[in-house]
Amino acid sequence: MRQPTARRAGLYGAVAAGGFRRYATYGTATAAGVFTNTVFGFILAYTYIALWDERPGLGGYDQSEALTFMWVSQALLAAGALIGGGFQEEFQERVRTGDIAVDLYRPADLQAWWLAGDLGRAVFQLLGRGVVPLVIGGLVFQLALPTAPLRWLLFLVSVFLGLVVSFALRYLLGLAAFWLMDGAGINMMATVVSIFCSGMLLPLTVFPGGFGEFVRVLPWAAMLQVPVDVLLGGGGGAGGAARTAGALGFQAAWAVVLLGLGRLVQSAATRKVVVQGG
Amino acid sequence: MTAPTERAEAPGLVVPRRSRVLEGLRGYRLIAAMWIRSTMTYRTSFLLSTFGNAAITLLDFVAIMIMFSHVDELGGFTLPEIALLYGSCSASLGLADLLLGNTDRIGARIRDGSLDTMLVRPVPVLAQVAADRFALRRLGRIGQGLAVLGWAVSELDQLHWTVGKVLMVPVMITAGAAIFGAVMVAGAAFQFLAGDAAEVQNSFTYGGCTMLQYPPTVFAKDLLRGVTFIVPLAFVNWLPALYVLGRPDPLGLPGWVAYASPLVAFLVFLPASLAWRAGVRSYRSTGS
Repeated sequence: MRQPTARRAGLYGAVAAGGFRRYATYGTATAAGVFTNTVFGFILAYTYIALWDERPGLGGYDQSEALTFMWVSQALLAAGALIGGGFQEEFQERVRTGDIAVDLYRPADLQAWWLAGDLGRAVFQLLGRGVVPLVIGGLVFQLALPTAPLRWLLFLVSVFLGLVVSFALRYLLGLAAFWLMDGAGINMMATVVSIFCSGMLLPLTVFPGGFGEFVRVLPWAAMLQVPVDVLLGGGGGAGGAARTAGALGFQAAWAVVLLGLGRLVQSAATRKVVVQGG
Repeated sequence: MTAPTERAEAPGLVVPRRSRVLEGLRGYRLIAAMWIRSTMTYRTSFLLSTFGNAAITLLDFVAIMIMFSHVDELGGFTLPEIALLYGSCSASLGLADLLLGNTDRIGARIRDGSLDTMLVRPVPVLAQVAADRFALRRLGRIGQGLAVLGWAVSELDQLHWTVGKVLMVPVMITAGAAIFGAVMVAGAAFQFLAGDAAEVQNSFTYGGCTMLQYPPTVFAKDLLRGVTFIVPLAFVNWLPALYVLGRPDPLGLPGWVAYASPLVAFLVFLPASLAWRAGVRSYRSTGS
């Protein structure tokens, strides 16, 4: 089933646009989400201020960098589906009901199809739930947001890579439904790990010793900690540039590994599919 | 259908209030039991999600412990003192979440039209909505909160425990749960007006609990006034816990307010339940 690349790109573009539009219809839910992210931002901001008052420079951030870290993470949470949400519940439901067979018949790659839809969702969440809390946080608190456009561009590249890593990991959760049937438990555990290991509760650089080093090389670091560090610049000069390049490479490596693993598991899973007529 | 319903009250058929409450409790019990049976079908998943429910909140506490690996005090409070705040509010929220947490699904039910089927059943809608998808896994959060609370109490042995302080602990947890419960009902009522806005409710309950696990000294005075006098979350655990810890309230309220939590819970339930009734009465099906 070979298609010209352009037509294929158009297909996945349409799927992504569909993902975007689908979430755009939930206006009230989005407004409520903005409210939630802002409320949590305020609460955490005060605790960060108390902590960084006590220990200036903790984790390598000064107070305004720490506050920036926190507000940017609030802006990225929904897009990266770090607190749950996203496509995997729907995917698992389709496996459970057997609707996944329809997806397998489409003249499209299963993984790429769901990736496109999830990226569309993520872009909407980034705009819908990301921008407003960050702006409010920036108005009320002293943030260390960069002014150089290149820095923001690198940040967006890093966010994109983070979203792909997040998708690739959640795709594995989705596929787990072929064996588990009910995904609620494993989704919950995955959310627990993602909340803790992404840097959402506390920047990963604050985590102590060997444990901190371990957490910083896990894929969840690529979803939140790394994009925020890329935005904060990773230090000035050539050292900063090298660190940024290293950070993007780290994310890309996890994206490739996890997407590849997803394809392996997918082929095992689809061989398992038995479509029952009815 | 012979049982009295909340909506379809035939003229002349006077339903005594008491029986309606009992009807509601009975309905709640039946629906909850059904969902518990259903959950137990996938026992591994249930165990995983109960464990996950405890772990998800435990990690909040681990984050606080990591903070305390760098500092000795936060806002002038030590780790065991913060553990008292953390454990009590976590247990309260867990209890409210277990009993009433699923009311936040009302917005989704309005949207997909499934609320309509609830309106014709002979059980009060609130009982149905609250018991809908009753999630026994939420025992995880309650257990975890109580465990941290127990640790805090054992570490705070320098406190001079009086009868009043000992009694304050269970009162604080139940009254706190009632306040959170009232906020949940009010939030559900708000969704009749706003549509699917479950997250607004979550920011007052989960967000409130995140705030209450830190000492009040960390926050700005205006925020403290807001959560004392407008949405009285400070009565969930801050004011009672400050009394137990023998610390002054940053707003300078008199000492007896620590005992006011049950009264405050009652006072917030009144407008919440009135708002809920108004919401149900104003409901127009989307017809979908």
